[in-house]
Amino acid sequence: MSPAEWLSDYTLQNVAIGAALLGLVSGVLGSFAVLRKQSLLGDTLSHAALPGICLGFIMSGGRHLGSLLAGALFTGALAALAMLWLTRMSRLKTDAALGITLSVFFAIGVVLLTHIQGSNNASQGGLDAFLFGQAAATLRSDLWIMAGVTAIAMLLVTALWKEFKLVSFDPQYAACIGMPVVLLEAVLTVMIALAVVVGLQMVGVVLMAAMIIAPAVAARQWTHRLEHMVILAALFGIFGGVCGAVISALGPGLATGPLIILSLSVVVIISLLLAPGRGFVWEILKLRSDRRALRHQKVLTTLYHVACQHEDRSYRFDQGMIDIYHGTNTRNALQRLADRDWVRLQTPPPGEPVSAPQWVLTDSGIDEAERLLRYPAEEAAS
Amino acid sequence: MTELLHEPDLALHVEDLTVSYHGKPVLWDIDLDVPPGVMAAIVGPNGAGKSTLIKSILGLVPSVAGHVTLHGLPYRKARRRVGYVPQRSSVDWDFPTTALDVVMMGLYGRLGWLRRPGSRERHQAREALTLVGMQEFAERQISQLSGGQQQRVFLARALVQQADVYFLDEPMAGVDATTERAIVEILRRLRDQGKTVIVVHHDLQTVRSYFDWMLILNVRVIAQGRVEDIYTAEHLRRAYGGQIALLDNVTDSTRVSDAATLESESLQ
Repeated sequence: MSPAEWLSDYTLQNVAIGAALLGLVSGVLGSFAVLRKQSLLGDTLSHAALPGICLGFIMSGGRHLGSLLAGALFTGALAALAMLWLTRMSRLKTDAALGITLSVFFAIGVVLLTHIQGSNNASQGGLDAFLFGQAAATLRSDLWIMAGVTAIAMLLVTALWKEFKLVSFDPQYAACIGMPVVLLEAVLTVMIALAVVVGLQMVGVVLMAAMIIAPAVAARQWTHRLEHMVILAALFGIFGGVCGAVISALGPGLATGPLIILSLSVVVIISLLLAPGRGFVWEILKLRSDRRALRHQKVLTTLYHVACQHEDRSYRFDQGMIDIYHGTNTRNALQRLADRDWVRLQTPPPGEPVSAPQWVLTDSGIDEAERLLRYPAEEAAS
Repeated sequence: MTELLHEPDLALHVEDLTVSYHGKPVLWDIDLDVPPGVMAAIVGPNGAGKSTLIKSILGLVPSVAGHVTLHGLPYRKARRRVGYVPQRSSVDWDFPTTALDVVMMGLYGRLGWLRRPGSRERHQAREALTLVGMQEFAERQISQLSGGQQQRVFLARALVQQADVYFLDEPMAGVDATTERAIVEILRRLRDQGKTVIVVHHDLQTVRSYFDWMLILNVRVIAQGRVEDIYTAEHLRRAYGGQIALLDNVTDSTRVSDAATLESESLQ
């Protein structure tokens, strides 16, 4: 296929636009879910949608998307309520409540699904596509639903920006200044449920959680501002969606949903590793340089103490003696200290028993050592 | 105003407040009056319900019975006149936001729906940060602040509300000495402006040097009033039981010794 044919390919267009919309909405809403420590909410909601899809199928007697999604939304909301009720009314913590709700609803869903499959209903074909998603089946009419949900979500997040922010950061304070915290949390949850339901067709019940979590987690790595995090998460979501759609179009038999998730995972891994300040690699480098700095300071203060003991500011140290004192080779450390002009090498005057050059503290080195000894903790921290 | 003012002369008036958790009373029949213009400490042993008392006054914890008025108004109507500093550990400081942003949250209530904080709000928040000595940290991400600095940011968020009654939940817990001194200084200034400051305080040693009003709490009210009348060995023993040994020395030294000698006695 040439690029022009690619762009005009009807199915690919549908899938790419749908995936981009899904990435956008789940990136934005996922940011709030992740910050509110409800990453698994999306997972619970999507698993809980399965019984709803089956019920929708049974009630409408066929595979009508409207009734399937309505059913999914219904059981998803039911699960969210059950989860809230469990955390408020029992001593269960959120993670346990989410886990229990997820598995109970999913089990009911699987029972219903196998029941339908066993009933030999001719139109049941493809119902299990909701498990892993079937992006190619996306229709233009589905896109309108997705666009609608995305638009509502964007509108709400823009209009209620400061409310959502405060409820995510400090719900108690939000309640104290009179915000309807329960209502705001419910709005966020319902929006996530909507996003999950429209995403089911695309990425399926099992992988939908990653759609919510991955863009937000990746975005969090790169920024310290909520505004930027939400925008970045949206961009990552769109990127993952379009990438997955395009890659799956490259070869036959490549499932779009999992490819979207894999594309997002690459973004997450890169972010976790490389993001400045929070990335893994960055932290290791920082840790090593901190350790090295501490070791250098240790050597410097040792020299200072020994010089004090001898009451000789220009006391000369053998390399070997410093090594023995610290139990390691300190040549590098001393070299670094010399680079900063805190110590220098001095050739002993003629007639001394040793002829190898020896280390001597400089005046600025003594000042530095005295400063370190005054504020040891601060130096180690900075 | 159609509603009759109830004890309008008191900054805080609590009547028969009872709060329970899982069927057990956490606060029992609390009657409490705090006049305006004092700095009041709420002290009591762990689990005495100190934080719960503040939270139920602010409507964050449902109460079984009782009612609360602030300057004669129920909390719903007095919201604008109340500033709250929650415990520092109640939020996740890794949240992606800056110190200035957190302080601006104190203005959200006044802004109302759909309005975004603008340059005026930013200016007010900066002023509040300056009051707590944190102006240089305005753009700092909050996780990069020390515990004491985080506490000051929380205080600034309450200050920016320009309230009449301030509630602080253990503002001196786990902060450095400089911050503690700065916080006390700011609270005193508020009191001198005629505002009322109510603080959950964990450190008996400093109660007398910091506060002029106190409430000793252990599920019930043990005693309340001016610190010099209330800070007695008898009251503290009733609240703390045998938990602190220093109490026997308190009677002799109550009026003469300062916090420092009390501290040394408690160490023996």
